Amino acid sequence: MKKELPYWDEMEQGFVTRTLTEMINKTGTWRTFKPVIDHSRCTKCRWCIIYCPEPCIHMEASNSDEKVIIDYDFCKGCGICAEECPVKVIDMVEE
Amino acid sequence: MIEIRWHGRGGQGAVTATQLLAKACVKEGMYAQAFAMFGPERRGSPVVAFTRIDKEPIDVRSNIYEPDIVVVFDTLLMQSVDVKAGLKPGGTIIFNTQSSPKELEKDFPGFKIGAVNATEIALNRLGVPITNTVMLGALVKTTRIVDLENIEDVVLERFNVKNVEAVKEAFDKTLVLEG
Amino acid sequence: MKTVEPILLSGNLAEAYAIKQLDVDVVAAYPITPQTTIIEKISEYVADGELDANFMLVESEHSAISSCLSAASAGARVFTSTSSQGLLLMHEILFITSALRLPVVMAVANRSVSAPINIWCDHGDIMPQRDVGWIQLFAESAQEAYDKLIQAYRIAEDPEVRLPVMVNTDGIILSHTYEPVFLLEDSEVASFVPWKLYPLRLDPENPLTMGAFGYPEYYFETRYQSAKALEDSINTISEVDEKFGEISGRKYGTVSPFRCEDADVILISMGSISETIRATVRKLREKGEKVGMISLKLFRPFPFKEMISLVQDVKAVGVVDRAFSPGAAVGPVFNDITSALYLSKMSVPCVNFFAGLGGRDVRMAEVEDMFEKLKEVANTGVVKEHRYYVGLRG
Repeated sequence: MKKELPYWDEMEQGFVTRTLTEMINKTGTWRTFKPVIDHSRCTKCRWCIIYCPEPCIHMEASNSDEKVIIDYDFCKGCGICAEECPVKVIDMVEE
Repeated sequence: MIEIRWHGRGGQGAVTATQLLAKACVKEGMYAQAFAMFGPERRGSPVVAFTRIDKEPIDVRSNIYEPDIVVVFDTLLMQSVDVKAGLKPGGTIIFNTQSSPKELEKDFPGFKIGAVNATEIALNRLGVPITNTVMLGALVKTTRIVDLENIEDVVLERFNVKNVEAVKEAFDKTLVLEG
Repeated sequence: MKTVEPILLSGNLAEAYAIKQLDVDVVAAYPITPQTTIIEKISEYVADGELDANFMLVESEHSAISSCLSAASAGARVFTSTSSQGLLLMHEILFITSALRLPVVMAVANRSVSAPINIWCDHGDIMPQRDVGWIQLFAESAQEAYDKLIQAYRIAEDPEVRLPVMVNTDGIILSHTYEPVFLLEDSEVASFVPWKLYPLRLDPENPLTMGAFGYPEYYFETRYQSAKALEDSINTISEVDEKFGEISGRKYGTVSPFRCEDADVILISMGSISETIRATVRKLREKGEKVGMISLKLFRPFPFKEMISLVQDVKAVGVVDRAFSPGAAVGPVFNDITSALYLSKMSVPCVNFFAGLGGRDVRMAEVEDMFEKLKEVANTGVVKEHRYYVGLRG
């Protein structure tokens, strides 16, 4: 059942919100296409990390290696990373 | 309540003089307001400033139209400004001038007149024709509204010993003609 | 009660000194006459190491108030100051500051608005800010400006209030007049308004969102909440004034009546003009005339109840407006007073006087004329003319 909306005096002063909605509301379901990286050809230039507007692309380090990772929980599939990738190793794949 | 109007030209320090006088009055436990007619200030243009002094707290906020005392920094101003406008009958007017009070009496009959060559004193003592501290000496000599010592103190706080000497010299040299 | 000697200061310098004693963290401002000497002096304090604050000389008043808003949202105690066109340029951010409940304090040296360009006093700059949701205090002297600024921080930071405060002083007339001012000790100011990190702030350890999108389901409640806070703040404002009186011996009230007890006619005014009216009342009372005056010290929230209790048995009320509200039938202050009377089902004849615009001097003789007009209304019970333009040629 939908929660009733709060009364004016139950709301925090200044319309401050502490629920961190950006962590709860996973926007990955908004996608039609998802970006997929061909790691064998990726130069790890970080260009996609800079361009991602969400931002949901980051570098993950493991065993002296590092890898560009896309967080699909939040990726909205905008395709900017694929467009900007200088070596064109990101494909937009239909979900 | 004593109301004073100061006529000067931009750069002669009339506004500072009102503040120094007010400061000396406050030192003596009186209440005072020091203010000016502000506008597009330019060096050399006519300036009008005011001091209001009273033993009681002052609550009038308008300009001064009927002063008890007028101080004229520069007799040339009289060509463009009516310096005695509204001056109360029997009021006091103090000039920076080369003339004597007797010579000024015909134009200012019925007023108490103080006269000093402030420009000469300023040039000798300070090297610049800035006459505000000098005119304070003349004002005190003519009206005795505050102790000379208190004026010397506030002048020393703001400027230096040369200005204090100028105040003293003006006090000694000001000629006073009772109205 | 303090026994120290008073110091000769202008309204602006008194306010700058208060800011130094209040130990503010961030000052962001842009120069504009007649406010400039406040921030000029504060910048000296910062440069000389007397005030440990971040002094931001920004490129416009819009940036000044935005910087203050941002610094306050990080928990800092902030100050800015402006006049006239500068206040108009701040306008949009003023709403945001109050809605976000940030305790920004601003000194306004009230000045007319262009055109024609004019640097002198009237309330043309503050009246367009009536609805921005700020607490608006008015001072009548350099002393009151100093005192009110100290009170302002305690009011703004009070957990029950959490709203920005403007301290209004009449430009030139108060900002540039030197007069004796009694100062508090630094320690007294510090204990009256103890510095603490503002609780409603952006903090990485305790994350929150400020300035979020407000859907129709939330906007109404949010605006009501801050409007209600502003209305209720009058209690805290009075308490703070009372407490300030205990340490300084000076308190002002939200409305300050003078000789109203048996008065037939009363003039109501705001700002420095009240001083001249008070002097006139004193003079007319000596002649046996039953006149009184009320100085309105708090404009927002408007002290309805306090005002009404003072004009209960009066035969005529005059209201001085130092600004126009073009197109409205009456001036802004008159509007509030008559609303208060209407809501209390009182029908006292009221006359609106427009005076002192663009620095036009208001003399005691003109105040006497206003009282003459009011006495005529009191005697006849008829308001022939509900607006007078004091000293207007033609």
